[in-house]
Amino acid sequence: MTQAHQAGPVLELGDVSKSFGAVTALRSASLSVDAGSIHALIGENGAGKSTLIKIVAGVHRRDGGTFRFQGADVDFTSTAESKGAGIAVIYQEPTLFPDLSVTENIFMGRQPLGRGRRIDYAAMYTEAEALFARLGVYIDPRRPARGLSIADQQIIEIAKAISLDAALLIMDEPTAALSGVEVERLFAVARSLRDEGRGLVFISHRFEEVFELCDTVTVMRDGSYVSTKKIADTTVDALVAEMVGREVADLFPKTVAEVGDVVLDVQGLSSVGVFRDVSFQVRAGEIVGLAGLVGAGRSEIARAVFGVDKYDEGSVELLGKKVPASNPRAAIKAGMAFVPEDRRKQGLVTEASVARNVAGVIRRGLTTAGLLTGRAENRAAAPWAGRLEVKTNALDMHATTMSGGNQQKVVIAKWLATEPKLLIIDEPTRGIDVGTKSEVHRLLSDLAGQGLAILMISSELPEVLGMADRVLVVCEGRITAEIAREDATPENVMFAATNAVTHTGSEVPA
Amino acid sequence: MSDTTLRPSAESPVARTLKTLLRSRELAVAIVLVLLIAVTTIKSDSFLFGATGWRDLLLTPSMLILLAVGQTCVIVTRNVDLSVGSTLGLTAYLTGRLFVDTSLPIIAVVLAGVLMGAVLGLVNGILVAFGRVPALVITLGTMYIYRGAFLTWAGSDRINASDMPAAFKDLGTESILGIPILTIVAVVVLVIVGYYLRTARGGRELYAIGSDPDAAELYGLKVTRRILAAFVLSGALAGLAGVVSAARFGTVSSSVGQGIELEAVAAAVIGGVAIFGGSGTVWGAALGAFLLVTINRALPVLGISDFWQQAVVGVLIVGAIVLDRVLVSRQERALIAAREHGPDTPSTGSGGGPALAPIVPGTPADHEPGHETGTTDPSDTEEVVR
Amino acid sequence: MSTLTDHPETSARKTRTYAAYSRPFWQRVVFSREFAVIALLIAAIVYSRSQVDYFDGPQTMYYLFRDSASILLLALPMTAIIITGEIDLSVASTVGLTSVAFGMLHSDAGLSMTVAALLAIVIGAVCGAFNGFLIAYVGLPSIAVTIGTLALFRGIAAGLLGTESRTDFSEKWTDLAKERIIEDQPYPMILIPFVVLAIVFVLLLHFSPFGRGVFEIGLNDEAAHFTGVDVARTKAILFVLSGAVAGFVGIYTTLVTGVARAENSVGLELQVIAAVLLGGVSIFGGKGALHGVIAGVLLIGVIQRAMLLSGETINIINIVIGVLLVLSVMSTSLLAGVRRLAAASKGARSSGRTSDSAGKRSLS
Repeated sequence: MTQAHQAGPVLELGDVSKSFGAVTALRSASLSVDAGSIHALIGENGAGKSTLIKIVAGVHRRDGGTFRFQGADVDFTSTAESKGAGIAVIYQEPTLFPDLSVTENIFMGRQPLGRGRRIDYAAMYTEAEALFARLGVYIDPRRPARGLSIADQQIIEIAKAISLDAALLIMDEPTAALSGVEVERLFAVARSLRDEGRGLVFISHRFEEVFELCDTVTVMRDGSYVSTKKIADTTVDALVAEMVGREVADLFPKTVAEVGDVVLDVQGLSSVGVFRDVSFQVRAGEIVGLAGLVGAGRSEIARAVFGVDKYDEGSVELLGKKVPASNPRAAIKAGMAFVPEDRRKQGLVTEASVARNVAGVIRRGLTTAGLLTGRAENRAAAPWAGRLEVKTNALDMHATTMSGGNQQKVVIAKWLATEPKLLIIDEPTRGIDVGTKSEVHRLLSDLAGQGLAILMISSELPEVLGMADRVLVVCEGRITAEIAREDATPENVMFAATNAVTHTGSEVPA
Repeated sequence: MSDTTLRPSAESPVARTLKTLLRSRELAVAIVLVLLIAVTTIKSDSFLFGATGWRDLLLTPSMLILLAVGQTCVIVTRNVDLSVGSTLGLTAYLTGRLFVDTSLPIIAVVLAGVLMGAVLGLVNGILVAFGRVPALVITLGTMYIYRGAFLTWAGSDRINASDMPAAFKDLGTESILGIPILTIVAVVVLVIVGYYLRTARGGRELYAIGSDPDAAELYGLKVTRRILAAFVLSGALAGLAGVVSAARFGTVSSSVGQGIELEAVAAAVIGGVAIFGGSGTVWGAALGAFLLVTINRALPVLGISDFWQQAVVGVLIVGAIVLDRVLVSRQERALIAAREHGPDTPSTGSGGGPALAPIVPGTPADHEPGHETGTTDPSDTEEVVR
Repeated sequence: MSTLTDHPETSARKTRTYAAYSRPFWQRVVFSREFAVIALLIAAIVYSRSQVDYFDGPQTMYYLFRDSASILLLALPMTAIIITGEIDLSVASTVGLTSVAFGMLHSDAGLSMTVAALLAIVIGAVCGAFNGFLIAYVGLPSIAVTIGTLALFRGIAAGLLGTESRTDFSEKWTDLAKERIIEDQPYPMILIPFVVLAIVFVLLLHFSPFGRGVFEIGLNDEAAHFTGVDVARTKAILFVLSGAVAGFVGIYTTLVTGVARAENSVGLELQVIAAVLLGGVSIFGGKGALHGVIAGVLLIGVIQRAMLLSGETINIINIVIGVLLVLSVMSTSLLAGVRRLAAASKGARSSGRTSDSAGKRSLS
């Protein structure tokens, strides 16, 4: 299949480095992508993959190293330059203009022009329809981008890239939110683009996809290049070892804790369009893992339980008492703590000081005669920051410049300070380094040992399998499986997570 | 617009255009406007058919239409220009001054006014686009500065009707084929800007920038240059409005243009321009301006003290944004419902798409919860506008 | 990406302790925007006293306080509202409406001054509640809503009273509004309620859990929501407070001028906002302090007085206020630009984008 008429690398990066202030994102990254090839770029969260592709895209400029595109040295100062040179990037989060039509989103800035340099709408719609036909999808080219599902937004991004006639297409975790069928469709397009002699970079955390789609794989770790191999010459285990840089087993220091009474009891929770009929319990001393694909509704269930989102039906009880709906403060009072998925947007106020963040939830209890002073906050925050070994010079430092791991410690400190009965923790180790990761895991295990009930949501299968006493699998808004720790395997969890997709197919779940 | 027709419709272009038109905000405002004129005319037919009635109906809104068109271009990029009233005052005075002090031909004076406005707009644009500071604050500051400059320059002077050449003042009263010249000027500007926003790449990029500024950067659009251009246009049109005001009233007093900036914003909002950018048309804004001005004149005829006029305007503005909100949430609910029930899902279907992709019949794409798709807009919008 | 630099320290299992502040007290005070405004205010006063004739006369400060009182009062809730990232353009219209209501309730409805005044404050609070409901609970943009109610409240006032006015207020009250606290001292009576309200707002904003929530909403309303701050209720309360204070200002304006009419305080909203921003409050929300705002209001007042006394017209003052406002917002980005240049010269190369946004993107 592969036509070698454009043999040779289309993209060559050598020893690229990049820092943001005090934070080093890339030390020495290298990547060489051949034309007519699909190249996987893998590494843990925080390994520097996203920064690397943003350098290629012209979003950031590298601090050092070489950057060659189609055989020539380049140095893009803007996204327009890299796009003009023939590089298309599909980011993790699609970047569409919600108010504009799907077609305009594809052609913005380079719309086909008719007479008098006016935009030729007819030609544009025809071209958009042709693109969608080629991708095998049906989206009204005239509808606005607002309200499209992530999968459809991704399709628009791909259509954009194809219409650019790019020599290099970079896809940053494009499959994270896609169902099996949608992934297949995407792969078919990717292969056809490869066969046309283009170079593709595919970033994914799913090994089976890497092995199915790609021909070469480059591993990154801690902002540095580790290795490049032909897919045929390597195995999942070898890649994982290279990504992590150590044995996987000692990552999860889970100790068995005594399981006590029911702490959280969720019955028949439903929210229209998000999740349906969710019932489960979490007991004291137990870590319950909530697994499933991104977008399956795991985080949404957690958010509804805690009360930041509304739900339509069902009930939430904590220690036998009903927790009122959509009232986070009541949930906190009842003994819930919630470490959300997106640290910077939801978990903490990055521009506020460490002390204010850590004392953020308990501050109502720190008042004297109704008044709250900075001194009281500092006094209350210091021990919790110390217990979690938050690294900071002083308590009035902002969290803005902190590393992800350190920020996560601040968030956890803030919630442990409330002395909760139930800890809901969404993606506990996303975007934090390996060392802090195992610190967090040890902490979770210790907390469970002390009788805390923990509901843990994670997209990393090893984390779920390593940490959870019990795994609940969510698929398309419903809990499709409950698997005990000793029975849980990557296969049966993944099967349950994709179950509804492969089995219900076209039929509508009731 | 097309909240239910997610797949390419089999409708003919004519039917589609008609449908879009029927659902448009512009038509709604136009209907209200026509009803208002009709009711007022029934009450007193001189409102429309009187000797000056027809002329005033068309002539009075011309100034606000110019401002609303410029304001729309700025608001669409998620900015705002509060300095237009002061710019208008300054250029109106400049116009008079040039007639008093020089013997420049009328056309040169008009151009000088427009140029002056453009320069003042450029100052705004430079401060906003390069300083990366919120337009609301910058233009609030330049509103004071321009107003102060105007008043300092004018001192206790006042430009009177006798200071301006008759030919210039005639522009403010004369008509061609029953349509006042100033109205023709406003409509020509409206049509040119409206046509540009719809059919030029630059125009569409203004919408893209306002719809998601971060995405526009990632996209490689020339954000700084476009925002600069929008402010220059807004300033130039305020300058033109200043000239128009001098011609129409024949005098320039120190209070000319005071408070009109908020009316221009109000006209745009009533006409369906989203205050956080990305959507709305100059047609709507112009109709909004027309409606605002006409209400002003119609109330006394309808037997309501014109002191209530401002209250009616307030109700209109609040009503317009509440209505927008209701429509948007209804559309969102419809989209969620559409995803809940597989068959209507957007990206799937059967037939077509030969060589490349395996065709799979109707897969529900419904594991994507409704609110996540909105992640690009709602939370981000709040900050950037100011 | 962010985590690569911090490797876990080899198990030092001892609880860390922290310094409360990274900088000594004087640095925290001196290197703040509020301090800059206060310094500017002192400089302006010192300059005016030495260079402007009659500035140190007994009347100057009295009129300065008396004329700045409305802005001082309105700036208190406005500061809190802008810190949450919202804005209230309708305050001056609320002042006009409550002024009219106060006059009509007293003259036309024959209510006593006290009852009329209380009702006027209630009406102000209702106006604020209307804004607050639409903004906090319906979720509409505050700039659009309050442009609408700016027209609406002023329009109701104009509709009720037209170009008429009400002037028959008891002299006891109008004199009270103009009296000095201590004979021959330049402090008008209005300073007493102002100081009381200022203390209340300082405690509310800077020394209460509620105030912490106000700042958090401005910095990151989603995170605030996730930590149990009732975002909608907080905003609604602030708008009600803003309306109530505007009601009080409506009464004060009526009494001090002796006239209740619809045009009272037209355009005052922009002066209030200009003063608040000049006082160091970020229009993006989350940053600012009341002592800076009060200094900002007084700074404008001092400049106005000094220029009037030196024979300048009101027009130059407009320009000065405008320039100060533009400079005060530009200073933040100018400083950021300088810092970026400094950082860039240290590192080998820099990205063309602002380091802040670039950092955010990459770290998220």
